[in-house]
Amino acid sequence: MASIGKILRRTFLIGSAAIVGGVAFGAYYVSRPAANPLKPGKGETALSPFVLIDQQGVTLFAPRAEMGQGVMTTWATLIAEELDVELDQIRVLHGPAAAAYYNSALVGEGLPNKGYDISDFQHNLGEALGVLGRTLSLQVTGGSTSMKDGFERMRTAGATARETLKQAAADRLGVDRAQLKTENGAVIAPDGTRIPYTELAEAAGQIEPPEAALRDPSEWRLLGQSQSRVDIPGKSTGTATFGIDVRPEGLKFASVRMNPRLGGQKNGFDASAAETMPGVEKVVDLGTGVAVIASNTWLAIQAVEAIDVDWGEAPYPPDTDGLFDQIAKAFDDAPNSTMRDDGDVDVLPEGATEITAEYSAPYLAHATMEPMNATALFTGTKLDLWCGNQAPTLIQMRVANVANLDTEAVEVHTTYLGGGFGRRGELDFSEIATKVAMAMPGTPVQTTWSREEDMRHDYFRPAAMARMRGAVKDGKAVLIDGKVASQSPTQQAVERYTGFPGGGPDKVLVEGFFNQPYAVPNYRMSGHIADLAVPVGFWRSVGNSHNGFFHETFMDELAHAAGRDPLDFRLELASGEHAPSAGCLQAVKEMSGWTGKTPDGVGRGVALTYSFGTPVAQVIEVVDEDGTIRISKAWIACDVGLALDPATVEAQMIGGMIYGLSAAAHGEITFADGEVEQYNFPDYDALRMHNTPVTEVRVLETNKHLGGVGEPGTPPSMPALGNALFDLTGERARSLPLNKQFDLLV
Amino acid sequence: MATTLTINGQSHQVDLPDDVPLLWVLRDEVGLTGTKFGCGVAACGACTVHIDGEAVRSCQVALSDVWGDVTTIEGLGTPDAMATIQQAWVDHQVAQCGYCQSGQIMQAAALLAENPAPSDADIDDAMQGNLCRCGTYPRIRAAIHDAAAKLKEV
Repeated sequence: MASIGKILRRTFLIGSAAIVGGVAFGAYYVSRPAANPLKPGKGETALSPFVLIDQQGVTLFAPRAEMGQGVMTTWATLIAEELDVELDQIRVLHGPAAAAYYNSALVGEGLPNKGYDISDFQHNLGEALGVLGRTLSLQVTGGSTSMKDGFERMRTAGATARETLKQAAADRLGVDRAQLKTENGAVIAPDGTRIPYTELAEAAGQIEPPEAALRDPSEWRLLGQSQSRVDIPGKSTGTATFGIDVRPEGLKFASVRMNPRLGGQKNGFDASAAETMPGVEKVVDLGTGVAVIASNTWLAIQAVEAIDVDWGEAPYPPDTDGLFDQIAKAFDDAPNSTMRDDGDVDVLPEGATEITAEYSAPYLAHATMEPMNATALFTGTKLDLWCGNQAPTLIQMRVANVANLDTEAVEVHTTYLGGGFGRRGELDFSEIATKVAMAMPGTPVQTTWSREEDMRHDYFRPAAMARMRGAVKDGKAVLIDGKVASQSPTQQAVERYTGFPGGGPDKVLVEGFFNQPYAVPNYRMSGHIADLAVPVGFWRSVGNSHNGFFHETFMDELAHAAGRDPLDFRLELASGEHAPSAGCLQAVKEMSGWTGKTPDGVGRGVALTYSFGTPVAQVIEVVDEDGTIRISKAWIACDVGLALDPATVEAQMIGGMIYGLSAAAHGEITFADGEVEQYNFPDYDALRMHNTPVTEVRVLETNKHLGGVGEPGTPPSMPALGNALFDLTGERARSLPLNKQFDLLV
Repeated sequence: MATTLTINGQSHQVDLPDDVPLLWVLRDEVGLTGTKFGCGVAACGACTVHIDGEAVRSCQVALSDVWGDVTTIEGLGTPDAMATIQQAWVDHQVAQCGYCQSGQIMQAAALLAENPAPSDADIDDAMQGNLCRCGTYPRIRAAIHDAAAKLKEV
């Protein structure tokens, strides 16, 4: 990854259309660097787009959205490590939307193959987008890419700032820069005098930044240690500002209803009842929906629900069965991709035992704790937009278009995100809030969705099906032939973001399917795209979220067909292919005291998924308590290569697993009459305090690459739970969610 | 008709219809945004506040039904002077996205007021109405035990 990043940084401005969860398209030759997005005020000097120093102090900009993954703190730590400042003595802010904050690692993830060639890359980008020459910017938080992306650039930013400040001090003192040191926000003169950075800032702004070498990891004081996160005091005292907490002067409150038959038209509406309700100031016709602006969010929600709307039909089969029929039909078409095709799967090796299985996984909602919202102030010539989001530059361009303004006339203020999980990379909540605010120019309006509106108007994790065929011989897997079918969030998102249909082989659809670290001689994995208009998007771990379940449940079935212990079976296959993955399996084996045997009333399952550069193995234990099954314990081992903040890695591994277990146990979005049948948390619940397993995490660092941490904990949790339930009950789980088949503790 | 509420020890005059839930009085009228909207149906606990010390879902309490003094997360402690329970949340690095944590902390504070040494089972019972989509439950549990121990020392 580092080498790709280097090439892109030096050669390209990363741009073009984007997706959030793992693949992106777009890199262009640039003849000049991106403009510095920080606009220093008087007396300030911008040293790089990530650091701002003025008389008041040092401010670091973390242009990735803080949605709980600790990115603000770790990005700041990368800078602070080289700049020699202490985290508790500086400010860390979300940076403004800016092209200079492009996510180079996300583009790297989007490369179609392991082999990398610049000209092919450009070609593929152009073809995928159909919009050659159109430059979009990409400032996306997603794809578990932040640390890969920031690792070199942030340290370089810090080192460059440090050397520039030293040069300013050297000029002032009439000494050589090499004679100076830095420590805790100050340059130290040869005689020990401290010159605070704040005093050098203005002079430093006049100096061409010198080349700065990065420190050897052996000299690190902060990286590799768990830091106290900068956002946690605010989040523990109710003082952290989320999108829904923004309170500009004169704020009005709105709520919205869009067609529950997603993407359908609005034939007409009668708002007469709503218009006379308390607190109502204005009813807004959004074309495809309605909104009410009021003096209070709750009054707005009551009023918008009182509008009688004649909604048009859904542009897809109206019920769940019809949708799955359509997904199954995709198997009849030629595959969109076959990204692994080793050996010959058409010939069953002599003496091998063949098994087949079919699996399915439902649509899923993101269900962030903070319902979708955004706040906008439109003056006619300028638009300010406040929201928690994962893609500020894309939002900026979209709402500028909506408001018929230049992008420069739009300022996106990114707040904390009350959960992202991929949902806040979408543009809909910003677009709607902009349209609502345009109905009341000069007045800031906050548009908050009810939980029901949020749950039923998601870009869902697509439902998916898999058809697996495999063979075992002499205790080993000798053949795996898999096909997965689902809608393509990537193709849909490209069209949403750019207006042009996405195309080409979709790697995201088959991630976690084709690229698993097992040495199996005959191994073919194909992806089929189902043509459906249900809105789908990037849900934590994206394709891996269903493919992990399919692949690792089938791996378990193969192990049993081979008469082998499922952990040893995997360990043997992984050892020949990818040592870090085998190391994770070995670790959970030790941590859980895995013997392959469990007492009566206890079941254990294991799974391994390699995603976002990080292998994660999990063992889940379930216990039968008088007929109700409790998920009692979990062991997680991951290999992230380098744990920049071990406590944050642990938190993400546990959180990712719980997100996956919640979906595996309960999560299901179904359709009837074209509408989502789940409204609120009682219909779409998640794990809670009493049914979350006691969990132990081990973070390994043998992987050669810096892996992601935000998403890789999710995929193996679902098959590990299903495999544990098989161990407990002898019933194989081939379809999610599991509460339809098993009596799980809720 | 104006209603008078006592919130975090201060008196507030509120001019809103009687049926507006306390949650939306706090957030949109009084400007105390630490209390969060999550579901509106008492299924997630993000809006938890105290009325006369009792943990309640403020999305379910109509303005006219508020029966006592209201305490919100802002009234529990501040970044410069945190309550013991809030400090435990920082010490255990509990929050991820942080959106549910005001409600989690208010629920936990009420638990500790009633039960100074809760068992794991007590914590399960008291906290299972509070949803966290980031999955911070293990650290919440550890922070509650730690706060209980610290409060015992005082």
